[in-house]
Amino acid sequence: MVEQTEVTLDELRHLVSERALTGETVLLNMGPQHPSTHGVLRLLLELDGETVVNCIPDIGFLHTGIEKNMEAKTYEKAAVMTDRLDYLNTSGNNLVYCLAIEKLVELDVPPRAQAVRVILAELQRIASHLVWLGTHALDLAAMSVFLYCFREREMIMDILEMCGGQRMMSTYFRPGGLWRDVPAEFEDAVRQFLRVFPRRVDEYEALLTHNPLFLERTRHIGVLSKEDALRWGVTGPALRASGVPHDLRKAMPYSGYEQYDFEVPTHTEGDTYVRYLLRVEEMRQSVRIVQQALDKLPYGPVRSNNRKFVPPPRSELGHSMEAVIHHFKLWTEGFSAPAGGVYVAVESPRGELGVYLEGNGSPKPHRVYWRTPSFANLQVLPLIAKGHLVADLVALIGTIDIVLGDTDR
Amino acid sequence: MSANIISSVIQAFVERFGAQHSQFRGEDTLTLSADHIVAACLALRDEFGFELLSGQTAVDYWPELTPRFHIVYQIYSIQHNQRVCLRVPLNGNAPTMPSLTGVYPNANWQEREIWDMFGVRFEGHPDLRRILMPQDWEGHPLRKDYPLGYEEVQFSFNYDEIDRRKPYAKE
Repeated sequence: MVEQTEVTLDELRHLVSERALTGETVLLNMGPQHPSTHGVLRLLLELDGETVVNCIPDIGFLHTGIEKNMEAKTYEKAAVMTDRLDYLNTSGNNLVYCLAIEKLVELDVPPRAQAVRVILAELQRIASHLVWLGTHALDLAAMSVFLYCFREREMIMDILEMCGGQRMMSTYFRPGGLWRDVPAEFEDAVRQFLRVFPRRVDEYEALLTHNPLFLERTRHIGVLSKEDALRWGVTGPALRASGVPHDLRKAMPYSGYEQYDFEVPTHTEGDTYVRYLLRVEEMRQSVRIVQQALDKLPYGPVRSNNRKFVPPPRSELGHSMEAVIHHFKLWTEGFSAPAGGVYVAVESPRGELGVYLEGNGSPKPHRVYWRTPSFANLQVLPLIAKGHLVADLVALIGTIDIVLGDTDR
Repeated sequence: MSANIISSVIQAFVERFGAQHSQFRGEDTLTLSADHIVAACLALRDEFGFELLSGQTAVDYWPELTPRFHIVYQIYSIQHNQRVCLRVPLNGNAPTMPSLTGVYPNANWQEREIWDMFGVRFEGHPDLRRILMPQDWEGHPLRKDYPLGYEEVQFSFNYDEIDRRKPYAKE
């Protein structure tokens, strides 16, 4: 065991400026219980009047040890924990974890399951952006947007509940496909959503895009240059708003994204306002993807029939001894994965969501590492916050769109 | 073009840094020693155009001690749309290795997390404090010899035995 040292204020001395030591600037805690930090984020601020001189994020308040816990579960049982990481992008977390297992054990996914995965992942992206838009606007004192956004988000939550039985933590995607087929009313519900949603996006834009108060609070605030974004490993909307047209759905298509026609919105200004415009445009593009995926949703099985990895349907257990054996083996021991590591990344609403999964020949993963976009993107906050007012800091926390469950894992 | 960049990276790394190349499920991994990692990443970033350090993590192979840890880097090139994985084996229970913060600044938090979770020290890191666990935490939770805590269930046959050693809040 490595020696632990006593924690003193001296530890932070190298992070603050000289002026903090003389008392010229003030150190102030913001959070972890603060309504605009979007969860339990603590920021230690060094302030000169109202101007931020230094900002030191302190995370870990929502650390749940999911990576450690997953090592103690079989591959399939660990899947329920993936929802709990980024609780606004539950389908996306399921998706990347299932893709990693499927790559590690070389398991195929039927086309229908792939298409349903795309539909739900895109709906989840819209839902996540809606929460972001509502809370971001709320932080900037535009209260009504929040109510409208949550109204539409509830439609998506209903669709997810219809499929997986849960609004949020559905664990609907399983290694090799889906837990079960989508219900009969799924298609109508999605079509109904697609019918009303584009008009509703226009409504949000009518409230914000040309609103002088909103413009005043977001334009030229928190400018992130292209070089800094790359140096600091920023991905997702924040990177695209800084002029890098990088989207993993286009660059390294997974789950059949190459079949769909959509655009990757890009801006070059890199400020809070264009990040808003970009996410709104992404919602429209997601609608296009869902529309296409739904129009050509193939019929067929929704889970691989490789019985070494996927349990047989209940109906087979009555008359097939082999099915009973597979059922018993898969639900007691689980399937084993070979020794070796794979890294799979998908484009989550916040950026590159990656999972590094290493097997060791046993039914439990040896190591599961989550490369979460919130963790990576939050690192850039001190850089873009410097020199801005405390009031703008609230806008900046909103604009990098963090989910603390995702940051702390 | 993009397949070429990977083969030229592999060739250069094998020649210059004595790296070993392996492939698993179509992913290229280069294993090299800790002394070369900073120079290797500089070459990756400046010569071969790998701009983004996607992820950095560690894997613990306890009770194996040589090597006990592998530090795994996932480095991505946006312009070539290629990913390469670097692995650095580290021996012993309290290893140290050079920090990558000078090449990819976002290694800062990643290395703090590896220090916090695995107890691997990074030399030259500007701010190597714990990041997720409390500052006065003992041990490094993601090590394989760190137990996964749980609470025992009290049944009638072992109720008193567990009750005796159960920690209660002081009155």
